[in-house]
Amino acid sequence: MESEEIKIGVYVCHCGINIGSTVDVEQVRDSVSELPNVSISRDFKYMCSDPGQALIRKDIEERGLNRVVVAACSPRMHEPTFRKTIQQAGLNPYCVEIANIREQCSWVHEDKADATDKAVKLVCSAVAKASLLEPLEEKEVEIAPRALVIGAGIAGIQASLDIADAGFQVYLVEREPSIGGHMAQLDKTFPTLDCSACIMTPKMVEVERHPNIELLTYSKVIEVGGYIGNFNVKVKKKPRYINMDRCTGCGLCAEACRLKGRITSEFDVGMGKRSASYIPFPYAVPSKYTIDAEHCLFLTKGKCGKSPACKDACTADAVEFEQKEEIVELDIGTIVVATGFDLFDATEKPEYGYGLYDNVLSGLEFERLVSSSGPTQGKIAIGGKDPKDVVFVQCVGSRDKSVGNEYCSRVCCMYTAKQAYLIHEKLPDARLTIFYIDIRAFGKGFEEFYDRVREEGVRYIRGNVSEIIKKGDRLLVMAEDTLLGEPIDVEADLVVLATGIVPRADVRELMNLLKISQSPDGFLLEAHPKLRPVDTASDGIYIAGCCQGPKDIPDTVAQAKGAASSAMTKMSQGKVKVEAIIASVDPFICRGCGRCVEACEYGAPELQEAEPGILVSEVNDSLCKGCGACAVACPCRAISMKHFKNEQIFSQIEAVI
Amino acid sequence: MFRKSHFNIRKFIYDAFDKDMAKVVFEKVGIWDCTTCSACLNKCPKGVDTVGFVTGLRQLMVEDGRIPPPIRDALKSVSIHKNPWKIGAEERSKWAEGLEIKNISEGADILYFVGCTPAYDARLQKVARAIVGIMNKAGVDFGILGNEEGCCGSEIRRMGDPWTFEYLAKENIETFKKYNIRKVVTTSPHCFNTFKNEYEGADFEVQHYTELIAGLIEEGRLAFSREINKTVTYHDPCFLGKQNKIFDPPRKILASIPGVKLVEMDRARERSLCCEGGGGRMWIESEDSEDRLAKIRVGEAMCVQAQILATACPFCLLTLEDVVKTEELEESIEVLDIAELVIKAL
Repeated sequence: MESEEIKIGVYVCHCGINIGSTVDVEQVRDSVSELPNVSISRDFKYMCSDPGQALIRKDIEERGLNRVVVAACSPRMHEPTFRKTIQQAGLNPYCVEIANIREQCSWVHEDKADATDKAVKLVCSAVAKASLLEPLEEKEVEIAPRALVIGAGIAGIQASLDIADAGFQVYLVEREPSIGGHMAQLDKTFPTLDCSACIMTPKMVEVERHPNIELLTYSKVIEVGGYIGNFNVKVKKKPRYINMDRCTGCGLCAEACRLKGRITSEFDVGMGKRSASYIPFPYAVPSKYTIDAEHCLFLTKGKCGKSPACKDACTADAVEFEQKEEIVELDIGTIVVATGFDLFDATEKPEYGYGLYDNVLSGLEFERLVSSSGPTQGKIAIGGKDPKDVVFVQCVGSRDKSVGNEYCSRVCCMYTAKQAYLIHEKLPDARLTIFYIDIRAFGKGFEEFYDRVREEGVRYIRGNVSEIIKKGDRLLVMAEDTLLGEPIDVEADLVVLATGIVPRADVRELMNLLKISQSPDGFLLEAHPKLRPVDTASDGIYIAGCCQGPKDIPDTVAQAKGAASSAMTKMSQGKVKVEAIIASVDPFICRGCGRCVEACEYGAPELQEAEPGILVSEVNDSLCKGCGACAVACPCRAISMKHFKNEQIFSQIEAVI
Repeated sequence: MFRKSHFNIRKFIYDAFDKDMAKVVFEKVGIWDCTTCSACLNKCPKGVDTVGFVTGLRQLMVEDGRIPPPIRDALKSVSIHKNPWKIGAEERSKWAEGLEIKNISEGADILYFVGCTPAYDARLQKVARAIVGIMNKAGVDFGILGNEEGCCGSEIRRMGDPWTFEYLAKENIETFKKYNIRKVVTTSPHCFNTFKNEYEGADFEVQHYTELIAGLIEEGRLAFSREINKTVTYHDPCFLGKQNKIFDPPRKILASIPGVKLVEMDRARERSLCCEGGGGRMWIESEDSEDRLAKIRVGEAMCVQAQILATACPFCLLTLEDVVKTEELEESIEVLDIAELVIKAL
């Protein structure tokens, strides 16, 4: 920029008493007023308020300020606010520097004199940098009007429908042969007892028929490159060995399969059996069969009798063993991640005997058992007999440090209440006991439903089950009734464990693929726990449903709509500003060693041949996040970070020491 | 039918919040019932150090001097004789007479740490001799400390005397250093556990003897020549299983003995039922009059038609065998240490 006179305005915020009670704000204001280039310094109760911002704008206009220092809270909080403030007054938004005298000073110190002294130093440091600040330009990139939705459970389905209804193209990728996710496995839903399939099926069909949605089932996202607006995505479509156009979904192939009834059904979580050629459940979408390459005799052994029975049986000539996997490449504007959850593996709690006793079931296994589309058509029979005593155990794998899951899974209290209710409906004479630690009936209609279940005669006993052992052909459930302080034993024919929600086993793979992170509980991390719950640290990538943390269906749908809305907002804008604080390479100093390329998480620097035989690093402005990793890695100091140049940082250091 | 004690750890913890600790300790019953088996500790979803709390309460009682006489005598004995069994330290290596075991001072790959109970108790001496026999057969280069061996302190610590424990630990570590001992093999899971997890500043490797023998079998260094045609079940000692997750080596040994039919009880591995011998309980009876857990356990073994109830812990061996004797079950079931079974089959 041309050498104009630097005129800095310094604004020190009281933040009510947040700063004012620990830091002598007036003293700070006066101590910096004589610093070089400072033309005015002021203090104000709340700088971020409208009058506070107006004060800054007025000074810029009247006094010709061209740099601003705000001494207030963390730049993470209000840097964007003050950038806008000075931009409104005609300055480049990057001409503001924030001194954090709240989080880094008043909140962490007690002695007022010392805190004031530190605040002065922090402001001096910011003033020093402000003198050297350079205006930066924010580039704009186009946003492709196409969204990728990963995962087709209820979250992915809802997000896809919303985005597609808004007129954008959606690619919905699901790794299973059918969409539907976990919700499709459930029988009835709490607290209203709607049949899950009944409310789910119309949405699934709508997805299939929507002109703006392209469904990629039995597929997996294997590569994501690029950046918001311009993601380059590769999707691997596994061969189904069934021609999707010809298959009528008649099921003759499954009937004929030589492995019929011998393969564990994933959809029925081990409670039922299927053929190698299968459709996961009757109302699957698409309603097409898939030949499971892991089990199919012809595909694993190269031989299935004289000729594959399914091929012989199919009247539509749809069986195609010659199919190969396919890679689909997509140009995508925004991505919604809705990959869902895994169920807690109850064998990690050996005291409950899960995996050891056939009549100890996980919550999801019970859903399949009680479901009319399940392996027993909804008949709850244990060893051929109606269970007389059923015990439910809450918090299995949730709120439990011994298995490393400190969080509450948020659905188990209510699904257990619902399951007890379902048994009561079918077997009114069964004695039902629920062991719990606390009951969390926090949602709309939850407490009322919990009361209703107890009124039906379900016995709630407060206490964590310590042990389940065999007693003849029944089970003995042992616990302490912690309200009475007494041990209690309950005999049972069936025990249902309220198994919790855990992050998907392949969550790391997904994180690496999308360059997003996880929170300490293992679920995907949102950009802000309260104010940006569907955004991630990567622009243009949004999260919805249980991949972000345990939640019930209404919360999942709400979050999916939120994620869809965020994606749509960006795509409607059509353009997006990309980070202006990025790395830049001095091509005369760069020796082309490539360490920056190795250091970068985002693939921004690339070695280019500047002249024959001479490699020079170039940073792709759109990919760079301005993290600075390349600048640190560069052995020649050829890379500098805009807004954090060496001379800017050194001036700050000099000012504080 | 399956619960023995009225001891309720939560009641102790709640009272300790706002009441005079001494009052809590001295007015309530059951504090000496806890065997420190760690079943509750492993299950607690909130990670409460229940066992630490129990030993902490017992420590208050020891400090005050108001402890049951058998506990007092055991603690006193350790200070005088370096073992809680009130027998002189000079008699510690009597069990090894005639076995020609090398003293560790002559140098050896492994120190066989016998432990107080196997050294002094006539029944357990058989187990110690069996372990020595097995190691000799496999050509293991080992030595013992002889009369210089002192209590590991595991039970002492759990009886509420951390001071003597610290003293014993320090002394043992020094002794091990003196003879440049790199690897220690123990008879007892209790010595094993305390060496492995509670000795601060220890820099030696520690193995339970079942781990050593399982390894020897795997390496082909032990060849069985006799069959034991019996149905055997294995009782997991808490300090080996629950607390150190050593479930497989003992089972591997039993499965490799020719003729042995290994069956599992309903409560096996992490689910094992405590025999009631830990946490100082070898020295003090429960205040409750219910059946001993060892009795329930022997019943569980008989439920699976076991002819031999095998275990790998001196305390488990004694408590379980006591039941077989008092209930006159000798005709139906025999309690043996794994080492005794191995030596029989060699």
